[in-house]
Amino acid sequence: MTTTEEAPVRRRYPWPIEFYRSAVGKKWVMALTGVALLGYIVAHMIGNLKLYFGAEEINHYGEALRDLGGNLAPRTHILWALRIGLLGAALLHVHAAYSLTYTNWKARGGRYRERDYIAVTYASNTMRLTGTVVLLFVFFHLADLTWGAAPAAPEEFFRGDVYSNLVASFERLPVAIFYVIANLALAVHIFHGTWSLFQSLGYSHPRFNIWRKRLAAGLTAAVVLINLSFPIAVQTGILKI
Amino acid sequence: MDLTLRVWRQHGPNQPGAFEEYAAPDIRSHVSFLEMLDIVNDRLSLEDREPIAFEHDCREGICGMCGVMINGQPHGPQQGTATCQLHMRKFRDGDVITIEPWRATGFPVLRDLVVDRSALDRIIEAGGYITVDTGSAPDANLVPVPQEAAEASMDAAACIGCGACVAACPNSAAQLFTAAKLAHLNLLPQGQPERFMRTEAMVDTMESFFGSCTNHAECEEACPKQISIDFIALLNRDYIKAKWRNGRLAGQR
Repeated sequence: MTTTEEAPVRRRYPWPIEFYRSAVGKKWVMALTGVALLGYIVAHMIGNLKLYFGAEEINHYGEALRDLGGNLAPRTHILWALRIGLLGAALLHVHAAYSLTYTNWKARGGRYRERDYIAVTYASNTMRLTGTVVLLFVFFHLADLTWGAAPAAPEEFFRGDVYSNLVASFERLPVAIFYVIANLALAVHIFHGTWSLFQSLGYSHPRFNIWRKRLAAGLTAAVVLINLSFPIAVQTGILKI
Repeated sequence: MDLTLRVWRQHGPNQPGAFEEYAAPDIRSHVSFLEMLDIVNDRLSLEDREPIAFEHDCREGICGMCGVMINGQPHGPQQGTATCQLHMRKFRDGDVITIEPWRATGFPVLRDLVVDRSALDRIIEAGGYITVDTGSAPDANLVPVPQEAAEASMDAAACIGCGACVAACPNSAAQLFTAAKLAHLNLLPQGQPERFMRTEAMVDTMESFFGSCTNHAECEEACPKQISIDFIALLNRDYIKAKWRNGRLAGQR
């Protein structure tokens, strides 16, 4: 055997692919797509507050989203670009989560008879469950209020009439309950996610870490208060057609 | 005090194991946890029964061998110490104490409470070193080390490689161990030439044995040296740079 023989060099893929193949890389992707999805959640939530200004306002808001870019881009093209970006982020987020979950289940060598966790929180421990609930809800929510596909959507669905569609949908008690459950799951999910993403992105500092917790708590509180107000407002008759 | 131990007994690797109960009467509260096990083992030997196998060496919290899961907590209920530094005064008369080996696919059980932690050695072999010119001793202080870097590096270097972070992690990730070993060298001037080769090699080796970090922070609580998960953030930062830079270097050949 010669000692000069070189070990075969493994083909190196372009670095984003190399990076994503690793678990640390997947966590980076989870965090970055998490930022994108969080941004969407916040924008969507703030936009929806227009419901309280009346049907005119929210319907114009919906129209404005389709008109994003004004005369600079063909109608709905910028909205579609955003939607495709969001869809890509969601797909990557779910794929990375699925793949990491599989890795971690394999890595776990049996359960302890007794295990007294100190740092693990309800939120950090249920990310897979809350994430799945949110994902299922997103499908329903799209069918209900975007595509207007029965039976998810109410009978009287009319494309473009955001206000009436929403009120008609939330007047159905099971839908309102599902919405509340899904948003509570979302709140728990982003409570751990918001704190955790800074760690995954390598952004941590003793002086800054307390603000990561505060930001997570603030976002969670905002999602719970604002998002849950919509079905409650419809059910109590504050928002009506 | 009189105690009851519930101990995992397993004859060898890949063999089925089970919990067995042992009465441990008349234990003085000032003996250490390992001395308590010694006493129990002496009694078992006198009765011609197989003593409980557990790992130990320095018994002063620096060798990292004695880690076991005690009542569901790595290294037991006392924070910031290894099993050997735990004393029986932390328990009460009549307590039932459950003692389990670390459980992770990367740490196969060898016997009873002893696990094979050589996966951690594989991670060190992959890059946990620096290359220096040997020969006559260099002049002192030839390489200036910033005070902040020295302090942070020493905090990371406190890691004794006991594996409690892996044992504590719901994903059996070895992130805190690897992050500590990386930060120990990556923060110092002497560690710079191999910084990114080291980071990629050690993280990739780690991932071939262990799970992935989901930021529960349970490892930080379990660590007998209380190493901060902030070092894991440094690992994440260095790893993305390493993939980028090492890829570029490979392209220059």
